[in-house]
Amino acid sequence: MDIDRYERMWIVLSAAVLISLMLALTYSIYGLDIRLIGDAGQVDPASVTLRPPFDKPGVYMEGPGRYRVVMVARAWSFQPAEVRVPAGADVTFQVTSLDVIHGFRIPYTTINQMIVPGQVSEISYRFDEPGEHVLFCHEYCGVGHHVMEGRIIVEPASAATD
Amino acid sequence: MNPQAQPPTDDAQGALAELYRPDSLHIRIFIYISFVLLAVGGVFGTLQALDKMKVDLYRFLPGTLQLYYTGLTAHGVLLALLFTGTFIIGFLSLALVHGLRRPLADRGLAWATLAVAVTGALALLVTIFRNDATVLFTFYAPLQAHPGFYAGLVLVALATWMAALNAWITWRAWKREHPGERTPLMAFAVLATWAMWVLASAGLAVALLVYLLPWSIGQAEQVNPLLTRALFWFTGHPLVYFWLLPAYVSWYTMLPAQVGGRLFSESLARLVFVLFVVLATPTGLHHMYVDPGVPHGFKLLHGVMTYAVIFPSLVTAFTVVASVEEGARRRGGRGYVLWLLALPWLSNPSVAGQLLAMLIFATGGITGLINSSLNMNLIVHNTLWVVGHLHTQVAGAVTLTFMAVSYWLVPLLSGRELWGRKWAVLQVWTWFFGTAVMARGMHWMGLASAPRRTFLTYARYAELFGEWQWGGVLTAAGGVLMTVSGALFLFIMLRTALGRTAAQPLTVPEARPLLEPRGLPRWLDRISPWFALGAVLAAAAWLPSLLRMAAHYPTVQGFQLW
Ligand code: HEM
Ligand SMILES: [Cu+2]
Ligand SMILES: [Cu+2]
Repeated sequence: MDIDRYERMWIVLSAAVLISLMLALTYSIYGLDIRLIGDAGQVDPASVTLRPPFDKPGVYMEGPGRYRVVMVARAWSFQPAEVRVPAGADVTFQVTSLDVIHGFRIPYTTINQMIVPGQVSEISYRFDEPGEHVLFCHEYCGVGHHVMEGRIIVEPASAATD
Repeated sequence: MNPQAQPPTDDAQGALAELYRPDSLHIRIFIYISFVLLAVGGVFGTLQALDKMKVDLYRFLPGTLQLYYTGLTAHGVLLALLFTGTFIIGFLSLALVHGLRRPLADRGLAWATLAVAVTGALALLVTIFRNDATVLFTFYAPLQAHPGFYAGLVLVALATWMAALNAWITWRAWKREHPGERTPLMAFAVLATWAMWVLASAGLAVALLVYLLPWSIGQAEQVNPLLTRALFWFTGHPLVYFWLLPAYVSWYTMLPAQVGGRLFSESLARLVFVLFVVLATPTGLHHMYVDPGVPHGFKLLHGVMTYAVIFPSLVTAFTVVASVEEGARRRGGRGYVLWLLALPWLSNPSVAGQLLAMLIFATGGITGLINSSLNMNLIVHNTLWVVGHLHTQVAGAVTLTFMAVSYWLVPLLSGRELWGRKWAVLQVWTWFFGTAVMARGMHWMGLASAPRRTFLTYARYAELFGEWQWGGVLTAAGGVLMTVSGALFLFIMLRTALGRTAAQPLTVPEARPLLEPRGLPRWLDRISPWFALGAVLAAAAWLPSLLRMAAHYPTVQGFQLW
């Protein structure tokens, strides 16, 4: 197989660029520990609201500066619809769906998840600044999809510890 | 019509016209049907684009068409599945007939393919427009559509497999007639495209036949949402290569002849096509990077494989551009860059359209790299950014190439002179700019977190995002320009097909290689070993996850939420 000299150079260059990108990607996961949502367990969607933790959606303090937000998504709302957490705390969202597939997006953060019935989506985040964030569903889930939203209110750290 | 390196003599031209005759009618019907689907699906694109600047035209439509999501289902299904599918079946059939210089082996099968495709398309149209299947073109369970919707999808898939089967038996017949000969490149590229698709569509087949169809008719009470979603993406990502490879068939084997050049390297062209057969399928989990219940390692594996499948496209960038450059230099082009000016940008719509398609394809390649990076995907997943990316690729690169091809294909099939060549040039340029502007607007909105698949006019939270405003204006402006351009395209096609001026017999443009590939290794004239390798890779990349999902993941009942 004869390959032109310039073309050979181009091929080598292309392969080199792609291989370095692959290595960078692998490094970002295993070296920098950028974690995507993984496998956080399964639940039975039919009885999920009868058992902990999804029987009582809400915000739970788990320790100093550590919070767990238990949420359920259903057409077309999040429950709780409003979440208050202190700035600077480590917040873990634990979310599941009671009906169809939904999305879970808090703009300008890396919180961007799918919520699948039967699965638990678990994601941690730290809101450094006080303020209000909107949370919305970004996967089509029926005619009311565009009204499915919630609020995350990040309070100044001192207020929350009172 | 087009200057060719070695223009066929009149005799040869007559012989080719004779060659196409037995198959030209069913091919022509496929192509015309694809245009109708493009027209209907495109209308909803316009409405969607206007919604991004909060203009709601749905109010003026009758009945259930007022529902944004019904229109969006129609847009996705009619354009991404049916328009592409019908055009591709027609175009690849002609390319195969020309490549092998032999009619399709089974004409009855070709007509049956058409009947199955039309039945499937009708089932989809009826269920969608009766508002029985507002589940979008991804039909994620447990949203549950009418059984007719899934049956329609099965039939459309079946039609593609029938076309693939016909290509295969035609090639076998050719082999028997030409023992020991190398399969001509154009036919080889067509066969590789079909092989890639047959392998890739296995996931869709299982999703529909084993799970969704039985569930929709009540044979099964429950469905496994994550499993069916994964099976959808098993096919859903390589689906984009099923759109793209027919464009590559044109770029590699036809376009060089249209600019008066020759194909730079036949062996690399073959390598590119077989690499798609091998690498296309183990990639689809990149659509599920942020799904729960999918282990990290497999997400990364599919991310890495997605980068790997960029390699053949990078090779394409060299080979195709070098082939075009050779043509430009024969036309008197000079200099390192100025040779580009020797190309018929303003005089040949078929060439200009394809060159513009390549340009926009390159931009989409870069946004694709961003999407497939697990970490950056967190910013763009399910935002309008992704829709911007997909329009540069499927509306820009693929559809624009199909339009450009139509400028010689429809005259060839209908025997009528192309109407309005100047208008056609204007059409490809406006489609290019329209797509580019719309995609720019969508990228902008998406980076500011605007969700896709959302009726934004009525989303209250949209008011909180001032940044979405200008992106929305660009999206709408680009979308309207595309609409005008698309309408112009359909008008030109209509005038051509109904025209009175008979065209002198036209032939499929076919590029000769720059160097006869003397040393072409035998492994570049085979597809089955590559197919087997692709199947092994696909199984390794998918089966562990799929089997685990099937065995352990919960099932749920269906919902109709529209
Ligand atoms: C007049 C030309 C077109 C316009 C103005 C247009 C506009 C749009 C817009 C605004 C969306 C986003 C809808 C949303 O996410 O809310 C969209 C989605 C989409 N478009 Fe187009 N489009 C056009 C042509 C095409 C063509 C030719 C194709 C394919 C051949 C195509 C394939 C798609 C697909 C697959 C989606 C995603 C659907 C979904 O998310 O379910 N579009 N289009
Ligand atoms: Cu939703
Ligand atoms: Cu993909």
